[in-house]
Amino acid sequence: MQTTQVQSKEFEARALDSICVNESQLEHKWYHNIKYTLVGIAFGIVFIKAEIISWYRIQEMFRFQSFHMYGIIGSAILVGMLSVLLIKKFNIKTIYGEEIILHPKVFNKGQIFGGLMFGLGWALTGACPGPLFAQIGSGATVIAVSLLSAVAGTWVYGKFRDQLPH
Amino acid sequence: MNILEFITQPWPWYVAGPLIGLTVPVLLIIGNKSFGISSSLRHTCAACFPANIKFFNYDWKKEKWNMFFVLGILLGGILTANFLLSSDPIDINPELKAELAAYGITEIKGLVPEQLFSWEFLATPKGLIMIVLGGFLVGFGARYAGGCTSGHAIMGISTLQWPSVVAAACFMIGGIVMANFVLPYILAL
Repeated sequence: MQTTQVQSKEFEARALDSICVNESQLEHKWYHNIKYTLVGIAFGIVFIKAEIISWYRIQEMFRFQSFHMYGIIGSAILVGMLSVLLIKKFNIKTIYGEEIILHPKVFNKGQIFGGLMFGLGWALTGACPGPLFAQIGSGATVIAVSLLSAVAGTWVYGKFRDQLPH
Repeated sequence: MNILEFITQPWPWYVAGPLIGLTVPVLLIIGNKSFGISSSLRHTCAACFPANIKFFNYDWKKEKWNMFFVLGILLGGILTANFLLSSDPIDINPELKAELAAYGITEIKGLVPEQLFSWEFLATPKGLIMIVLGGFLVGFGARYAGGCTSGHAIMGISTLQWPSVVAAACFMIGGIVMANFVLPYILAL
C-alpha cells in the first residue's frame, strides 16, 4: 500500500511534463547509457556545423532575415513526423523488443505563458537548452553562467509552481 | 574540394534539419526515449537541490539517459570546435550586420558575438541581461511550458500534439518581440 502511494506520487511528479513516463521496465547496466552520449555527440556536431547554435542565426530567424533556421526546424519536424508514422505503421519495436510508446502532452496555460517567456530568453541568449551545452563545448565558457541561470530558472519554477496559473 | 574542406564548411539546412529530425526515431528505437533536452535541467535540480519541492521529488536516476545525452552534446561541441570548423568569417545578413555595427558590435566571428558574450562583459548591464536573465528565462519558460524546442517544436509536433503547436507558436512570438522590439534597447545600453 505504502509503495503504491509513493509510486503514484512519483508518477504524478514525472508525468507533469511527460518525461519518461513510458519508462522501460527493463534494467540495464549503466554503460547502456553510453549510446545516448553517442547520439548526443552526433547531435552536437550538427548543431555547430549548421550554425544552429549561432547567436547571429537566431537573430536572423526572429527578424525574418534568413530562411536557414526555418528550413532546419521545418525539415526536422517533417522527418520526425514521417519516422513516427513509419514506426506506428510497421509497429517497429525498440532494440530490446519493447513496444514504442508515445504519451500525449496535456494542454495547460503554461504552454502560452511559459512559451512566451522561453521565446524572450531564446532571442536574448541566442540559444535554447541544447545549444547552451554545445556553445559551452565550443569554447564560449561564459555561457556556463547562462546554463546555471537556466537551472536556477527551472528551480524557481518548481518552487512556485503551485502559485502560477496553469 | 577534398573531404576535409567539405566537412569543415557550414552545413546547409537540408542536411542538418533531417539529421536532427532523425534523433526522434533513433531515441525511440534505442530505448523508448522521447526526445527532450530541457528536462536535463529539471533532473539537475532534482539531483542537486530538491529542497523537498514536490516538482523535484522523483527518482532522477531513472532519467540518467538524459544526462548522458546532454553530456554528448557538450562533447560534440568540443570536438567540432577543435577539429571540424573552418576559420572563415561567418556570413550574416547585411541588415543585421549594419544594425549590430550601430551598437558597436563589429567583430562578427565565431558562434556568439564576443563583444556581448564573454567573461569581460558579464558584469555589465548588457551582459547581466543577456547572459544571466536570458538563461533564467530559458530555464523558467521551458519548464513552465513543459518543454523546449526539442521536446515541443520537434518531438511534440512530430507526434501531432496540438499543445506543442501552441507552445512552439508562443516561442516564436516571444522571440520575435524580443529580437525586434526589446533587444534594440538592451543593445543601446
